[in-house]
Amino acid sequence: MTYETVMAGFGGQGLLFSGKVLAYAGLLEGRELSWLPSYGPEMRGGTCNCSVIISDEPVGSPIIAHPNVLMVMNEPSLDKFEDAVAPGGTIFVDSSLIARKVRRADVDVVYIPATQMATEMEAASLANMIMLGAIVEKLGCVKSETMLDALKHTISARKANLLDLNLKAVEAGRRFMADSAASPA
Amino acid sequence: MSEKALMKGNEAIAEAAIRCGCRHYFGYPITPQTEIAAYMAKRMPKIGGTFLQAESEIAAINMVYGCASTGRRAMTSSSSPGVSLKAEGMSYLAGADLPALIVNVQRGGPGLGGIQPSQSDYFFMTRGPGHGDFHIIVLAPATVQEMADLTRLAFELGEKYRMPAMLLADGTMGQMMEPVVLPEEQTDPAEVMKGKPWAVTGTGMKRPHNIINSLYLKPDELEKTNIERFKRYEQLERDETRWEEYLMDDAEICVVSTGITARVSKNAIAECRRRGIKVGMIRPITLFPFPKAPLAKAAEKVKCFITVELNMGQMSEDVELAVRCSKPVAMCNRVGGMIPSTDEVVAAIEKEAK
Repeated sequence: MTYETVMAGFGGQGLLFSGKVLAYAGLLEGRELSWLPSYGPEMRGGTCNCSVIISDEPVGSPIIAHPNVLMVMNEPSLDKFEDAVAPGGTIFVDSSLIARKVRRADVDVVYIPATQMATEMEAASLANMIMLGAIVEKLGCVKSETMLDALKHTISARKANLLDLNLKAVEAGRRFMADSAASPA
Repeated sequence: MSEKALMKGNEAIAEAAIRCGCRHYFGYPITPQTEIAAYMAKRMPKIGGTFLQAESEIAAINMVYGCASTGRRAMTSSSSPGVSLKAEGMSYLAGADLPALIVNVQRGGPGLGGIQPSQSDYFFMTRGPGHGDFHIIVLAPATVQEMADLTRLAFELGEKYRMPAMLLADGTMGQMMEPVVLPEEQTDPAEVMKGKPWAVTGTGMKRPHNIINSLYLKPDELEKTNIERFKRYEQLERDETRWEEYLMDDAEICVVSTGITARVSKNAIAECRRRGIKVGMIRPITLFPFPKAPLAKAAEKVKCFITVELNMGQMSEDVELAVRCSKPVAMCNRVGGMIPSTDEVVAAIEKEAK
């Protein structure tokens, strides 16, 4: 199975970092992978995205035309990428920040009030980790334990004091997903 | 085997250079290669090396010129507009027969252009990037692993043939992360200075002065240096040309591509093979020397070539020359920072297959 994940939103939401954690988990599992950021004059507040491929086969191009996993954390990103998602793919929407629903009928959609959940945890900047926790719980693209390991490896020394909070955010995302799977809306 | 690390292509170049015994980096920031400078700024002071942010690209390449004169492994890095500024320095390095590493992580041009990936400096780098009749070694990585591996090769070939060597990457290769196994071997910076009788390291009053210079006012002497240099280029082409062949055994169509477009092409070739089209790829790893022989050999059995490039068809001219125009060379290009999609390359291959 090849997971072609696009994570998109505003700069400053930690999209490149959550992509790096996912990629690093792939590395720890000995999988084939690539991580590619959008780069440009994109500062905090601008749009930003990264593409992560995790596969059992060698990765050719790191550029994703049709993601089978899309994580969106602002409406412009949903507008931009919704049509590109491969049929049967899964879209993870931060429903605290995106008012509208996904229009596609041929994809699976998960709405997570990630930013609201993060704010309630007094960790508003960790909505990305809640989203990531939900993705891994739902798709099993990497093992949950590996991802927690990956987080420990990738968090910068400057933010090491936030490791526990990051782990909690991932856990909250996983729990949200597990609960909604148990009682589908 | 050492452990796999997850790094950006730019960082892999920087770490590999350090492990190759490079302790002198001179640069000036420009997207999309600034991670090289940032990495060097962080690491060099901790290992007794020198990171110097020069006042300009021109200053940086001339610092490389001075440092390389002493036989040390010296490097600079930039992106397209910055490399234009280094042209004079590269010509002087070539004229003085000095090895040095220059990294060009290309972005769209001309002029200030854009900051998205490009391969539009192909002509500029492979034809001799500066005034005078000369070449530099040009290596084109297509994976983060190659960003590291070709860094070592660039230093080693540059020293063996006494000429500047370039890593010519595109912005994607610099920015993407992939697992990479870094060279375990740590080259001693003092060790690389050995076996360089030409280096200016002080005579100790025991030998005549070494002089590093590119000025020859007597035309017969200057002619001799030019001819001797081109003999080295011949040997370089004979012994050091590198390329990768992918599914070429039964191929009827041969894609020729480097860097990010070679990777997109691999996806496209896999898709075309599923559709029953016999297509393969020759991926040049050395752009100077260009792998003419394998292309000429392929021309005997394929019906056409397709170059996939981030320029208007610069490498396609080298393919036409290599095959002496014996087979048609079609093109699939995007420019300005755009990258062809897998579907676009598939369409280009299907068109030629009909």
